[in-house]
Amino acid sequence: MAMKLRTMGRHIKEAFKSLVRNGWMSLAAVSAVAVTLLLVGSFIALLMNVNKLASDVENDVSVRVYIDLAATEEQQTQLGEELETLPEVETVVYSSREDELQQVVGTYGTEFDLFEGDDNPLHDVYIVNTNSPEQTSVVAEKAEDLEFVSQANYGGAEADKLFKTMESVRNVGGVVIIALLLTAVFLISNTIRITIFTRRTEIEIMKLVGATNWFIRWPFVIEGALIGLVGAIIPTAIISAVYVYGYDMISTYFVGTYFSLLPVNPFLYQLGAVLLAVGVVIGSIGSLLSIRKFLRV
Amino acid sequence: MIEMLNVSKKYPNGITAVNDLSIRIEQGEFVYVVGPSGAGKSTFIKMIYREELPTKGTIKVGDFDLAKMKNKQVPFLRRHVGVVFQDFKLLPRLTVYENIAYAMEVVEKNPKAIKKRVLEVLDLVKLKHKVKMFPNELSGGEQQRIAIARAIANMPRVLICDEPTGNLDPETSWEIMRILEEIANSGTTIIMATHNSQIVNEVRHRVLAIENGRIVRDQQEGDYGYEA
Ligand SMILES: Nc1ncnc2c1ncn2[C@@H]1O[C@H](COP(=O)(O)OP(=O)(O)OP(=O)(O)O)[C@@H](O)[C@H]1O
Ligand SMILES: [Mg+2]
Repeated sequence: MAMKLRTMGRHIKEAFKSLVRNGWMSLAAVSAVAVTLLLVGSFIALLMNVNKLASDVENDVSVRVYIDLAATEEQQTQLGEELETLPEVETVVYSSREDELQQVVGTYGTEFDLFEGDDNPLHDVYIVNTNSPEQTSVVAEKAEDLEFVSQANYGGAEADKLFKTMESVRNVGGVVIIALLLTAVFLISNTIRITIFTRRTEIEIMKLVGATNWFIRWPFVIEGALIGLVGAIIPTAIISAVYVYGYDMISTYFVGTYFSLLPVNPFLYQLGAVLLAVGVVIGSIGSLLSIRKFLRV
Repeated sequence: MIEMLNVSKKYPNGITAVNDLSIRIEQGEFVYVVGPSGAGKSTFIKMIYREELPTKGTIKVGDFDLAKMKNKQVPFLRRHVGVVFQDFKLLPRLTVYENIAYAMEVVEKNPKAIKKRVLEVLDLVKLKHKVKMFPNELSGGEQQRIAIARAIANMPRVLICDEPTGNLDPETSWEIMRILEEIANSGTTIIMATHNSQIVNEVRHRVLAIENGRIVRDQQEGDYGYEA
């Protein structure tokens, strides 16, 4: 489609003229797109973060192998080596009972200080990470059969449930987003249909004097794209503001854990780009849909 | 050159508006199409600029084969065939100048050529002095002259007029007719469907009389032939 620059200029001008001329209707379409994309954007932000948290949990899934209190240092080392030879095991990290106590104190407070030294009731621990999260239960079982192991725990059951929930949230979310987008396409195509209708004499004349179909289409496509674009800017701004604020607030709860939200940069830029692109695309599709029937020869 | 061979048009509702019609019109001819209401004149005319497709037969307009050509090609046929209607079809929000320029802009002519040509056709229809007015500030005859100016702006080889004087009083009809004559004299083929017996009888040209979708008379310098 080699198009003259002058022609493109004319199309853009026509699109703006039409937007302004149908001011109230354009505003209604923009609002409809804004509301839709606000929902879509919030949903995406929520979903991506839940996803992120789930993978944080996933990465955090490990087996805690409690070492028998009677084990000597050599026996402990030997156990560590045995754990490392298990095929499902990725890493083995030693955490002494003192380290463990420090963590408890860190989490629950200084009242636990009094257990320091020989009064420490905790075990030395091997923290075993597996190659994949599903293997934690197998590794825990195998570890329990080894010598000098008093107990092996894993957070598997909880994690399994979380993964299942995540999956259905993702699926439902996908369906909801698609439904919302279709609604937006419908609203835009309705708006463009009305602007086309008010200009049907013009279209008729354009066709009579030999304008090509694309020449007739372009201004409407641009108009739809503009509606989509403006409609996307508003929710992008709102979501960005809320996210920045919410990020700071929620992050304070996650201090000292493995969990974190997606950082503002680059997440918000990506989300913004997606929303703007989606706005332009649904705007264009919407107007292409409504102009189709007016162009039949 | 326009050529129809065994052309029939049956509308989806079952009405056969044109029935096995064959005709040849040479470049530069002036042809009246007459006949009673509902005879198929407009249908015949619409098939020439491919507003309607024939259900049978072949139509050739210049180098275009209308039944075979792709929809994408239709715009280029339309630049070859100008059309004028009974109801003018001017854009009310555009001035006289803009209405004519519009037809050239949408086929992407350059601004200089547009300006030159618009003034040229306005001169031809003698309305140069009303170039800045809007259609609703003009009389019916003047509006039709603008519509004609627009139809020939892109220099079509064929000009089709479906009852161009249908809404006009006799005096104004004659003005329109004089302009069409002038256009015909420059070598443009003119095909004009009309119920105006006075014009047909006084300015003699080839007459096609259509009844029930068939040509019942094809006469050089013919008369109108029906009671007025
Ligand atoms: N779009 C259409 N769909 C169905 N039938 C049509 C259509 N257009 C015309 N007809 C029918 O075809 C026949 C011929 O119509 P057409 O308009 O060609 O007549 P006409 O000779 O131009 O009449 P008039 O002098 O009144 O303008 C009529 O019976 C009409 O009802
Ligand atoms: Mg008719």
